[in-house]
Amino acid sequence: MRELISLQVNGERREIAVLQHHTLLEVLREDMGLIGTKHGCELGECGACTVLIDGMPVLSCLALPIEVQACDILTIEGLEQNGKLHPLQETFAELGAAQCGYCTPGMLLAGVALLRKHPHPTREQMKEYLAGNLCRCTGYTKIYEAVEVAAQRMSTGEEQPMRPEVEEYHV
Amino acid sequence: MSKQEQNRAQPVHPYTIVGTPRAKVDAYAKVTGRAVYADDILLPRMLYGRILRSPHAHARILSIDTSRAKKLPGVLAIITGEDLPQKFGILPSSQDEYALAIDKVRYVGDPVVAIAALDPDILDEAIKLIQVEYELLPALMSIDEALAHPEVKINDEARIGNIHKAVSYEFGEIEAGFAEADYIREDWFYYEGNNHAPLEAHACVAQWEPNPSDPIGGKLTLWTSTQTPHYVHRELSKVLGIPQSHVRVIAPHVGGGFGGKSDPFSHEICASELSRRTGRPVKITCTREEVFLLHRGRHPVKMWIKTGVRRDGSLTAMHFRSFLDGGAYGSYGIASTYYTGALQTVTYTLPCYKFEGMRLFTNKPPCGPKRGHGTTQPRYAVEVHLDKIAFDLGIDPVELRRRNLIEPYSYTVNGLRITSCALGECLDRVVERSGWNSFHADKQIVAAGLHAENGASSAVTTVKRGMGLAASSYICGAGKPIYWNELPHSAVQIRLDRSGGVTVYCGATDIGQGSTSILAYIVAEELGIQIGRIHLQTADTALTPVDLGSYSSRVTFMAGNAAIAAARKLKEQLFQVAAERMQVSPERLYAVNDVIYDEDDPGVTLSFEHAVQFAEARFGALVAAGSYTPPEGIHGDYKGAGVGPSPAYSYSTCVAQVAVDEETGEIVVEKLWLAHDVGQSINPLLVAGQVEGGAYMGYGEAVMEQQIFRKGRHKIPSLLDYKLATTLDTPEIETILVEIPDREGPFGGKEAGQGPLNPVIPAIANAVYNAVGVRVDEVPITSDKVFKALRNQSQGKGMGLQPSPIETPSPWPTRLIKWQPEEHQSAMKRQSDHTSLQEGVL
Repeated sequence: MRELISLQVNGERREIAVLQHHTLLEVLREDMGLIGTKHGCELGECGACTVLIDGMPVLSCLALPIEVQACDILTIEGLEQNGKLHPLQETFAELGAAQCGYCTPGMLLAGVALLRKHPHPTREQMKEYLAGNLCRCTGYTKIYEAVEVAAQRMSTGEEQPMRPEVEEYHV
Repeated sequence: MSKQEQNRAQPVHPYTIVGTPRAKVDAYAKVTGRAVYADDILLPRMLYGRILRSPHAHARILSIDTSRAKKLPGVLAIITGEDLPQKFGILPSSQDEYALAIDKVRYVGDPVVAIAALDPDILDEAIKLIQVEYELLPALMSIDEALAHPEVKINDEARIGNIHKAVSYEFGEIEAGFAEADYIREDWFYYEGNNHAPLEAHACVAQWEPNPSDPIGGKLTLWTSTQTPHYVHRELSKVLGIPQSHVRVIAPHVGGGFGGKSDPFSHEICASELSRRTGRPVKITCTREEVFLLHRGRHPVKMWIKTGVRRDGSLTAMHFRSFLDGGAYGSYGIASTYYTGALQTVTYTLPCYKFEGMRLFTNKPPCGPKRGHGTTQPRYAVEVHLDKIAFDLGIDPVELRRRNLIEPYSYTVNGLRITSCALGECLDRVVERSGWNSFHADKQIVAAGLHAENGASSAVTTVKRGMGLAASSYICGAGKPIYWNELPHSAVQIRLDRSGGVTVYCGATDIGQGSTSILAYIVAEELGIQIGRIHLQTADTALTPVDLGSYSSRVTFMAGNAAIAAARKLKEQLFQVAAERMQVSPERLYAVNDVIYDEDDPGVTLSFEHAVQFAEARFGALVAAGSYTPPEGIHGDYKGAGVGPSPAYSYSTCVAQVAVDEETGEIVVEKLWLAHDVGQSINPLLVAGQVEGGAYMGYGEAVMEQQIFRKGRHKIPSLLDYKLATTLDTPEIETILVEIPDREGPFGGKEAGQGPLNPVIPAIANAVYNAVGVRVDEVPITSDKVFKALRNQSQGKGMGLQPSPIETPSPWPTRLIKWQPEEHQSAMKRQSDHTSLQEGVL
């Protein structure tokens, strides 16, 4: 059975008919064409499908769209704003934090949430926060470096926090 | 000039692009979500496909009833084995797979039926409606069982019992070698094997475009997550009975491979056949569980080594045996078997060497190549074995290795040609950076109870620290193609547009390692242009000249040299017209950053765009091709000499520091130092990324990844149960790049994709021993095994945990090939000195 719901994704509100049992991941990818969100396991194990819901990282393969109609959903496609990449996107590209790129959208969104919680994260804070996002290519080293450089650039006022911080959303 | 001097005598070139860290050409597509992977492709009228797989490890198929599923609304096609009766396989010598099982299933996960339907929900229903009746057969789940039950024949490819392949070689005089030894040691090791677990599951979209006026009836396009579009192209054509001219295989962005996407797969063939039958595009995306089942991962290998050494630590002889658990099908297994023996001679000089290897069929998912293909397991065994010998003889383990290093520009006892080798430098650097000497000096003082401060603190803790070291080598591309021929291994075409655009075409397949970027850097460096004006077309069998694929760490070396060759032809044309316009001789010209300069008077210039226009006016369309074939004379002349040779070898060393809890056996790997001899970095950022990724993957294999089966099934086919290293586990990795250019590598470059993984596992194993004094001679070295080993030791039951030996078949089930290197080597050396190097080789 399809149901007409309304989702706010990347600042755009859209009405969409979804199958009730389909996950947010399926709806984003299959119904809305937002293929930047990846799937690595569809069981909540790998973190590739991470999106931000009201600013907090959520595994979209475990979220139901019907439950997040009142929320602000951010996918990788919405991270770039006004033609300008988020500083973390820039440093991921410049410093080699994306190899095959498959974990990258999820890792970036988790990283953006990390920087919002800890504007100058220590390595330990990074490890704690990014532990739900697997990367099979980098050994994580270049990812940490990209987060560190982005944090520096953001603290020099190059970039404002994107959206106000809200309560943690646990899945 | 001595060999060491030759090794160092390469001039350092002032490159403008090569050697500088920079973003990959596809980095921005990847950080913005624009990069399209196979499963991201959505075509009009596209159907979804799925494969029903065997629930039994070994069974005869009695009947398949698809009638109820066919009647389900939304199901458009169902196929079974008899619809695709042509056997296939990656190796010409192992054509043993069917797209869908015929008569028999051989492992849990063997493909049986394929369905196409309007959407995945209908597939869920349809698959439940298919009834397959099986008669169960005994399942053999280990090397020992496969050897013990020759009467249970798993795969007809096996000539004797379940022995898929057996090999036996003696290089030099092995008995004489052992006779020269002052000390001989024997050990058994076991490497359990593991899955690649790329984050992107295998996926493909097939599109058949009917054309009634074509005698073939149409053309097929397959977008697939593969490392080897060229081989998929060949096998697809064979199984579907469609000429290769009518098949196009494209690898879009690939979400990691590590060897797991190097075979042609059932789902690729089935999607294509389902598309041909329905006239609509068909997508098949594998689930994570299916990735564990279709596997092609690292072989479980049991190994026996016997080595002879003199008192000073120099090696006199090595006898090595490997038993590979191949799973149910051949895959790359024959090559894997050879690789377990071929490269032992490439790291340390062996005056004589005997190798016996065999691969067994078992009722498990087929094993194949994983990063380090076939060399990772023996490297672990040899490096731990040598560590034991060093302790037995009271020689420092670094010193033992140093005394046996292979010489640059030499030949091995099994006939492999060695070119540049910076293993000694790697050893020096990793020892220095890790503080190896002071760590061990401090440890000895503590052990002797002479160090008051540290002594006091270590008395109250059960956590002991240790440091271990290992060295390794790896090929820069297989010296021979998978199917024997004299064609180039890689080719690059470059087209210059009169507007100044440059398009580079190459079959090379970027699986995240950055091969597409490497093509851009090399062409930009050679033509003296900015990277931004380059367009790249890769991994498309209809558009791009053949590159054999992203396996055997071959792409930078081979496609890189092909790119240089193509670019040089165009540069010659550009310089010819530029010289005339600038009224100087072409020899005085050089190009940097889109401008051609007169070397003697840099005020005299011509822009790249103008040069292109003048050249097109003179020569017509500007298109050039370059290709690369590895040189001859890099291997012996015995049967089986085709596995192991490479135009160059990379070298790596690793030091691991671990902390082991003596009470619980818990292992924490605190840091890895990895030095890698890459010849010359084309982009050091990408090289470091490969080294770090290899170190990470080696770490996971060493301490956590398990490939275990229960009642015929993979016990943990999910990313939650199958332990992969997260940010919380992964140790700090320090990368040390050693750059001594190789004479034949592109700008001197060598591989980085696979080699750096190999020394990590034995370095960790040796560090665990150094920490707590027990040996766990099987991988993974999990905490429970360390705990058992510590308990064994405390109960006086030996020094740790050793795998049970395999009763070695006597006689070894294949003819011994004896080969003497001396005469052959001198002949080869003469030949190679006179052979002009291949097109494109520096």
